[in-house]
Formats: sequence, structure tokens, C-alpha cells
Amino acid sequence: MATVSIRDVRKAFGSTEVLHGVSVDVADGEFVILVGPSGCGKSTLLRMIAGLENITRGAIAIGERVVNNVAPKERDIAMVFQNYALYPHMTVRENMAFSLMLAKAPKEVIEAKVGRAADILGLAPYLARYPRQLSGGQRQRVAMGRAIVRDPQVFLFDEPLSNLDAKLRVQMRAEIKDLHQRLGTTTVYVTHDQIEAMTMADKIVVMNGGNVEQFGAPLELYDRPVNLFVAGFIGSPAMNFVRGQVEGEVFRSGAVALPLPPGLRGAAMAGRPVVYGIRPEHWRLDGQGIAATVQVVEPTGSETQVICTLSDARMLGETRMICAFRERITERPGQELRISPDPAVVHLFDEASGARLN
Amino acid sequence: MTDTTIDPAAVTESEGPQLLSWDSRARRIVTIYVPLVCFLIVLLFPFYWMAITAFKPNSELLNYKDNNPFWISAPTLDNIRKLLFETDYLHWLATTMGIAFGSTFLSLFASVLAAYAIQRLRFRGSDYVGLAIYAAYLVPPSILFIPLAQVVFQLGLYDTPFALVLTYPTFLVPFCTWLLIGYFKSIPYELEECALIDGASRLQILRRITLPLAVPGLISAGIFAFTLSWNEFIYALAFISSTEKKTVPVAILTELVQGDVYQWGSLMAGALLGSLPVAIFYMFFVEYYVSSLTGAVKE
Repeated sequence: MATVSIRDVRKAFGSTEVLHGVSVDVADGEFVILVGPSGCGKSTLLRMIAGLENITRGAIAIGERVVNNVAPKERDIAMVFQNYALYPHMTVRENMAFSLMLAKAPKEVIEAKVGRAADILGLAPYLARYPRQLSGGQRQRVAMGRAIVRDPQVFLFDEPLSNLDAKLRVQMRAEIKDLHQRLGTTTVYVTHDQIEAMTMADKIVVMNGGNVEQFGAPLELYDRPVNLFVAGFIGSPAMNFVRGQVEGEVFRSGAVALPLPPGLRGAAMAGRPVVYGIRPEHWRLDGQGIAATVQVVEPTGSETQVICTLSDARMLGETRMICAFRERITERPGQELRISPDPAVVHLFDEASGARLN
Repeated sequence: MTDTTIDPAAVTESEGPQLLSWDSRARRIVTIYVPLVCFLIVLLFPFYWMAITAFKPNSELLNYKDNNPFWISAPTLDNIRKLLFETDYLHWLATTMGIAFGSTFLSLFASVLAAYAIQRLRFRGSDYVGLAIYAAYLVPPSILFIPLAQVVFQLGLYDTPFALVLTYPTFLVPFCTWLLIGYFKSIPYELEECALIDGASRLQILRRITLPLAVPGLISAGIFAFTLSWNEFIYALAFISSTEKKTVPVAILTELVQGDVYQWGSLMAGALLGSLPVAIFYMFFVEYYVSSLTGAVKE
């Protein structure tokens, strides 16, 4: 086990720079997830940690050792690829033993390690099979088994669940998390799925356009996103954004007035274009707030999601507002609801820079 | 319910589906089977002619008036006996086989390394090297054999099998390299990256991951190389002079055509026997061959 320290790392392909100075510190035994939209550079960063891409500038250290010029096999890491990269001409046993065989480990050691990994992952009955004879979930487990047998300092996962169906994905998510808790190996995991990131990570790195937008614990990112991008990316359904400006001690968008978050002095930013952010579950039904016209009602049982429009308010991006209520909703499309935000948990962002203001 | 009942009259009146199937069957015959049969006749007739000529007695061969030229009335093994026991045919066969295997092995070895380097190592200018190798393939052997003859003489290889084993790769390597580049491209690169992390060196990756997955490609490159060197004519004619060292294509032409006398029976028997090894090769590996030309490694 080891720490991973990424210091001001840049990556350029020819004249195009895709990572613009990324710094992240992964503590020993931590599960860190790199998340972001496709093309944000998260996979490139992971491949740089693995040694599959050169580091244009900056430094990556595993443990105490800077690995910029260390070959992948010397880095003591194991990687699980998106399409598993199982060797199709080798059995499950051979796939898992390959790295140990290359390291010329004694036969008994190989047997013991492969056996242990197979037990952990429930692969013992499949050791003699070929990858093509396995289901998607089993292949995924073999790929993990191949990583486990090496007992590496760091596990690297590159979107390992994206080829699985929804149900299996949820199951494997729990398995990977459980595995991490059992083995305690430092893990860096790449995904574009923010639910995966929220549910599995100790810490999340949100990346966008080759930059780190925010680095922190999942709920910290959820509760206090540092900018509009993180606010919109983390959370499903996504946060609602209303455009407007501060007038006196309220936020105003058209005829709609909303209370400012606590501790914020309206006078300091009067007239400045801002974006008011509120998560769907932070709307309250209180019979007095602002008027919202119901468009679609989606009951899920535990909660009811209502898609509605705020007459006269200017929204950012979407034109509709999503609210999630614990209460059952009896209103039909076209009818009006009276809703108001919970001012303690609303967010205010500067429209020009996107930075958080409260 | 009433609007879903079917009117029986309407069904019998329209014979649409039947008409359509007749139409499509006729169309299939005209557009697929007739052209295919014509194609097959054109392709296979020379082989048929070669086969029947090999078993025809000379009297039948030269007298079309009293005999059906497309059939044998009294088949004979005379031509084959003459070929096997009165000429060095078996010797030529062995020489040709040795040269074909030798040059195929050499070419595959060089091509695997070249193709892997060009496709996977992506060194600076690898694309141009690939193109240059292909350009070498475009130089016709009928021009190339003149400078090559100088080289062969200088090295003292004239009239030895090595003259051919070492010159055939000049056209085999470019061809096999290009075929293998295409095949290596179809092997997922993640497998190699994974092996790299697993601790394998480049050569170990090539030997334990890439080559086992490229077997169909290797087989088809091997068949190509073997066939081309088996059938090669101009270098074999230019670089070999003694009768017993000749290859089959050259030997049957130079030894079985005496002056202006063509021993058609033995010639065709020689050609028939000479094409058997290649045919047998194809027969065993045809599936690999097709799969490698049409692509993709299956997991």
C-alpha cells in the first residue's frame, strides 16, 4: 500500500494540451474516484499513473518514489481495463497467474495466490474456463482477480463497470467497495457515472476540460460544490439553476423572489448577475411560496418527482424545474403548486465565473 | 371484433407472396447462380484439362477426330511413370519444397518483427517505413532479378538453393508484413498494455500474447508465402542452372520440352503433381485463411 501524489501534472499530445496542471493527493488506503464528462482527461491521468502515457510536465509519485521515468511493470500497480483486457487464449487460471509467472514466482506460491483470489471473488468453479465462456460479470471478476493476485501498492480501475447491465453494475459496485474495505489497497478509479463516484469513493476528484474542479469527500461535493460545473455534475436529478440578480436581501428572477442563503449580505452584490442553485429535494410544499405549474408527475413510491415551470423565472440551461417531494402529489399537469426553497441549503454562484458565493 | 375478420375472397385473389417468391428465385438464378457457374467453368477448366491430359495416352492426345477431346477413353499412368522414374521429378519436388519452406520461414520471421514494430512500437517515421516496404513490393521481379543476379554471383550463391531461399523474401517480406500489420491492428491494444503492467517485456508480449492471437494471420501469410515461392519462376530460371537443382515450375518447362517437342502428357502430370501440395495446404487452413483476410480476433 502506498500514497499517490500527483503534482502539477500536464499532458500534451503534440501541441494540444489535454491536462493543464493537475494536483491530487491520494492517502494510503484511500479509494479515490476521478469523475467527469468524456474528454475531461480522467482516463489520460489514470494511464499516466499506470505508466502507459508519458508525463509531459509535473511529477507523479507512488509512495516516496517519483515514477515519471519508471516502466509500468516496475511501478507495483495493477490495472483493470474497461473491456477487461483478458487474454482470450488463456484460461481464467492462466490469466490470473500470468503476472506471477512472468515474475518467476514458485509454482506453489502461484497456486496459493490464484486460489485465494478465486475464493475471494467466487471464481473457483471457473478456473479452467476461457474468457469467452464467461458472462460479463464473471469476466469483470477475473480482471479484478488478475489485479488482486499481484498484491500491488495501488489498484487502478478504468471505467470497469461501463460494459455491464444496470443491475449487474449495482451489484459489482458493492463488490468492488467491499473488496476495497477487505484489502485496504489504495485505489484510483475512473468513471463518468457520478452515482458510482458518490456511492463508492472516499474522495472524489471532479475533472472538466483537463482541470480539477473540486477534490473532496462525496457529501462535501454534494453539499458545498465550489462552482456551477460541480453543482450541475454531482447529483441526480441535477440541481436546478435560476438566473437573476440580488436585490436588497432577496434573489430576484423576473417576478420570482427567493430568499438568499443565510450569512450572505445582499448589499455587497446588488445588481450582479448570479445563479441561484437548489437541489430538487430542497423544495418544500408549504402552500404559500412561489407558484409553479405542474408539467409531469413521476411517483417513485418513496418520493415524487415533479417537473414544473416557474412562471417568469429565467432558468440556466433547462427551462423546467425538477422538485422531489416526500409527500404524495395529487395535482394534475397544468395545476399549480406553491413551493418555497429551504434557504439553509441553497447555493449562490457568480454567473460570469461560475464560482460559489456563499 | 368484426373489423378484424378476414375476407376469404381477398386472400385467394391476390397471389402476391407466391408471385414474389417465384420472382425472387428466378432473379437469384440469373443474378447469382448463372454468373457463378460461368465463373467456375472459366476457373476450373484449365485444371480439368490438366488432369485429363495427364492421364491420356499420346494417341488420344493428338487425335481429336476419333476421340472426344474432353474425355479419356483409355486412361493410362504412363505419363506419371515416365515423369517419376525417367526424370529427376522427385528430386525437383524435394528441392522446391525445401526452398519454399526455407523462404517462407525466413520471410515470416522478418515480417512478424517488422509488422509488430511498425504497428505497435509507433516509432518516429513508422508510417513511412511501412510505405517504403510496400513500395519494395511494387518493383517487378522481372526488373529486380538483374541486380539481384549480381548480388547472387558476388556472394557465390549461384546455382545453389540458397540463391532462391535468400532472394524470395524480397517479394515475400513486403507482402507478409502488410498482411500482418493489418492483422496485428485487429488485436486489442489493451491486451498488450495489460501485459506491460503485468510485467512482460516487448518480446514476451510478442511471443505470449500477440503471436498466439495472430495465428490465423500467420497461417494465411505463411500460405501466401509458400504458394508464391512454390510457383515462382523467373528467379528460379535465372539463378539455377543444373538440372537436379531446379524447382518444379522451371524443371518441367526446361526438361520436358525438348527443342520444339512438347511432352504434353508428362508436362501436365508434372503440373498436376506440383499443384497438389499447395492444394492440400489450402484445404487444411482455408478457414484461418478466410478469417484472417476478413478480420477480427474473437474473444
